[in-house]
Amino acid sequence: MKAAQIRRDFPILHRTIHGKPLIYLDNAASTQKPQVVIDAVSNYYSEINANVHRGNHLLSQLATDAVESARDKTRAFINAGEREEIIFTKGTTDGINTVASSMSGFVNHLHNIVISASEHHANIVPWQMLCERTGAELRVIPMDKKGVWILDEAREKIDQNTMVVAVGHISNALGTINPVEEIVAMARKFDAAVLIDGAQSAPHIPVDVQHLDADFYCFSGHKICAPTGIGVLYGKRAWLEKLPPYQGGGEMIKTVTFQKTTYADIPFKFEAGTPNMAGMVGMGAAIDYLMHHGMVNLAAIEDDLLEYATSQLKTIEGMRFFGTAEKKAGVISFLIDDIHPYDLGTLMDKFGIAVRTGHHCAQPIMDFFGIPGTVRASFAFYNTREDVDAMMAAIKKSVQMLR
Amino acid sequence: MSNIRETQTEIIDEFAFFTDWTERYEHIINLGKELEPLEEVHKTEDNLIKGCQSRVWLHAKLEDTGEITFRADSDAILTKGIIALMIRVFSGQKPKDILVADTGFIDTIGLKEHLSPTRANGLVSMVKQIKYYALAFHG
Repeated sequence: MKAAQIRRDFPILHRTIHGKPLIYLDNAASTQKPQVVIDAVSNYYSEINANVHRGNHLLSQLATDAVESARDKTRAFINAGEREEIIFTKGTTDGINTVASSMSGFVNHLHNIVISASEHHANIVPWQMLCERTGAELRVIPMDKKGVWILDEAREKIDQNTMVVAVGHISNALGTINPVEEIVAMARKFDAAVLIDGAQSAPHIPVDVQHLDADFYCFSGHKICAPTGIGVLYGKRAWLEKLPPYQGGGEMIKTVTFQKTTYADIPFKFEAGTPNMAGMVGMGAAIDYLMHHGMVNLAAIEDDLLEYATSQLKTIEGMRFFGTAEKKAGVISFLIDDIHPYDLGTLMDKFGIAVRTGHHCAQPIMDFFGIPGTVRASFAFYNTREDVDAMMAAIKKSVQMLR
Repeated sequence: MSNIRETQTEIIDEFAFFTDWTERYEHIINLGKELEPLEEVHKTEDNLIKGCQSRVWLHAKLEDTGEITFRADSDAILTKGIIALMIRVFSGQKPKDILVADTGFIDTIGLKEHLSPTRANGLVSMVKQIKYYALAFHG
């Protein structure tokens, strides 16, 4: 697999920024799209657009086939047991909110919900809202200075009153690959449901939800080279059947009278309204693309970049890394001396390097380290060692200007 | 003391010497470093303008002579450099003059992106706040 060949598949990588070639290292925020995904979306609108699951006419059937085939591909991508366990959502945030809202009726003031200290806001706020509605307690598994969960404390937090344990698979701000398998095992002892926020794991490691044995797993399309506005909520059949729907409307019903509505079976019970059909088709195309190259191979490229970039960054005087776990993927968060991340990120942008600066929607993590934010370089398989070299040159020039 | 328009013209002339962005930015960084830091007593919650990424403090005082003295600070040096320009333009001016002034000179010197609402550096809110002080102290 040649890097140049992969890069040819992504048209945006050939544009310039402030007159310099774009070096895109903000992949944890959103990934770029290969031409096959752009074409799939375009082709959907040019050739097969119609509403799904309702029309008798040929176009509607073609559109239905297209989106349902995307569901099959998604099932295979995360190795879910059944296609009905794949719910299409707007993204990870939407998936987590769906579960948190639908859980309301099962949670009361005697219960607790357990999250971790390294969660993205999307896996904090919906649970805080659930706790406010129900009076349940929100508990937080702490982490150490390396950005690694303290499992002994997790054992104390998860108990017979825990209803849900909701944790991130890979930290978007620190890059830590979290020991979710151990959390699942702890939760199993007390029959607590486990939700895994897979926004950063679906892009970076091969995911097998049956092996993970979590009850729910959410991820976003736009972070795995698929279009924006499409995501996936995987749920075990037993849970999805037990939970009430989150939104009502068309597509999700069996029969409606003014007295009583009976709901459709899963997955449609959770897909009210006309779905994001072009997004689903784009998701299918993105998954085809990733699986064609093989997630294991793509992960190996990213691991090499992470290791190379870390070793290069280490040579800069005053370098401070945030997130120094043994097992990491995709992300390097850092500061140099007391240079503000906003200043460094702004100058790097002028040199054509796109990185994220700020709190990365994880303010509690920044508070934990007592910093305003970090500069975060995050990699995708279409990045190269040359990108890392360009980043290093830009950092050195920027630091020289700022010191 | 120059009026607002004169000061803005001065700044535009000053920046006209620079041939590329690195020189402009280096100048802004130097202005940021030279700006007298705001005393800690004025770095209060009340004076804090919350940008998403960089924090900005703005302190205003109406002098007996009728002009407003502005002092400000930021934790980010680029933001602080642009603050220095704003202080130079608006501090020591009368509320009525501040109310009718604009910040178009920032575009002219090629730093427009720093006054963009999407930038989340607190500068747009700072300019708004300067105008609010002028309105409050006016008449």
